[in-house]
Amino acid sequence: MNPTPAGTAAGAGAPARQQPASLLRRILLQGKYESLAMLRNGEQLILAVVLPLLALVGLTVTPFLDGLGPSRIDVAVPGILALCAMSTAFTGQGIATGFDRRYGVLRFLSTTPLGRSGLIAGKVLSVLAVLCLQVAVVATVGFSLGWQPTAAGWVPGLLLLALGAAAFTALGLLVAGTVRPEATLAITNLLWILLGALGGIVIPAERLPSAAQQIVGLLPSGALGEALRDAFLHGALNGAASLILVLWTVIAGAAAIRWFKWN
Amino acid sequence: MLRVVSGVSLSAERGQVTALLGANGAGKTTTLECAQGLQKRSGGSISLLGQDPATAGAELRSRVGVMLQDGGLPPSARPVPLLRHIAGLYARPWPVDDLIQRLGIDTFSRTTVRRLSGGQKQRLALAAALVGRPEVLFLDEPSAGLDPQSRQLVFELIGELRDSGMGIILTTHLMDDAQRLADYVYIIDGGRNVAEGTVQELLQRGPAVDAGTDHVRTLTFDAKPGLDLAGVLPADVVVLEERAGSYTATGTLTPRHLATLAEWWAAHDVMPAAMSLQARSLEDVFLDISGKDIR
Repeated sequence: MNPTPAGTAAGAGAPARQQPASLLRRILLQGKYESLAMLRNGEQLILAVVLPLLALVGLTVTPFLDGLGPSRIDVAVPGILALCAMSTAFTGQGIATGFDRRYGVLRFLSTTPLGRSGLIAGKVLSVLAVLCLQVAVVATVGFSLGWQPTAAGWVPGLLLLALGAAAFTALGLLVAGTVRPEATLAITNLLWILLGALGGIVIPAERLPSAAQQIVGLLPSGALGEALRDAFLHGALNGAASLILVLWTVIAGAAAIRWFKWN
Repeated sequence: MLRVVSGVSLSAERGQVTALLGANGAGKTTTLECAQGLQKRSGGSISLLGQDPATAGAELRSRVGVMLQDGGLPPSARPVPLLRHIAGLYARPWPVDDLIQRLGIDTFSRTTVRRLSGGQKQRLALAAALVGRPEVLFLDEPSAGLDPQSRQLVFELIGELRDSGMGIILTTHLMDDAQRLADYVYIIDGGRNVAEGTVQELLQRGPAVDAGTDHVRTLTFDAKPGLDLAGVLPADVVVLEERAGSYTATGTLTPRHLATLAEWWAAHDVMPAAMSLQARSLEDVFLDISGKDIR
């Protein structure tokens, strides 16, 4: 083996100066690496797939959603898809990023050609990749339980799901980049439970106490749940909910850029 | 604003090992991280391969390898997939199989990072820093946690890399490492560099030299306890029984002193069980310059 560094020796046969792989390749590689790491993590898999599926089955055998749509499953699936986005983008990615920060992984990778922006892009890509798998699994189970979404709802539904994932990713990175990983673990898990149960994500706001309805509509969980139900039940694009998700994405993203600590 | 480093000025050349030497908290890692672009500096200037690392992009980062003090490797990762992933970020990476074999990573290739020993983690972190075949290599405390065999392997590799033209900048608080590896040494204390030079140059500097005691040697020997050595050697050579049966004689020792001591041993039928003579080391220089107070 010849340990010659790139671009040091002069003359014939000297190795060319090292170059980074293309930006696209770097981001795709990081996205693949993070996706596989997420899918190989048993706890993440429970959070991303098992718990949402249990919630889906639970909602179809209980009367919580009765009267809100043609069938329980039609109302339940959009909310469960929103829950999947929160699981992966907020809780899963937040915890993984928090511990990567603790172990210096973020610092090391930011010294490689990937850099900080490539690292963030890779994380976003991995969230979208895992979310695609979640959509496939939830939709398959939903169809087997009789889900009949409006055909016109798929395009706005999937776009809103991506927007919701962006908002939750920004929030997850904000938490992971500003507090200790143990605190990130506690905060993101607690919020997953609270927002999942009371945040309007799987149980629509109208089934919550009237005092909570206004607040829930302004939360990313409530906005995403409402927007996805409007899309898949009525084929409609909920402009107000979409605007709320955009605002959460921009504000949380700007805060993460401002306060994220790499060290 | 907390000033951790102020007044550090250093340069490093290709084909050389440049060591930043200092006690814990002296500012070595901060200096290194500013040079790597990991920390923002509030003042001064840094040029790495002709570019400012704080603003440079992927092109510069592809030419620089970094081994962090804490490794920076994901605990759940296995060594080989991790190295292949990092190699994929470069256009012309070092062949991963070669690197694995060279650093003995094949012996623990199926173990996750969290289960590796300190030395194994260090070797993997070194491989991760080298996989891009960098022109400049930053090593933060590279021998921390290494067993003697791994240390030998890593030191040999660093020597080969230097000979191939790589510029290597390392931090260490282990004087032996610096003395063995470094072509040029900066001693950092209290966030500023207080001395610099080749090892040989540094051995000729400091208060001991100014006081004319740079030829101080320490003779250490083990013999039966309670020997009365008072007056055997001149007063400027300090003889102490450090602990029962373990003696040191420190001063500007000459061959005559050694002969006198040997004659005394012969006259008193003393046969030392062990004996060594130590010259002034980089550690002596470091303690001369930075003082002996615990920080």
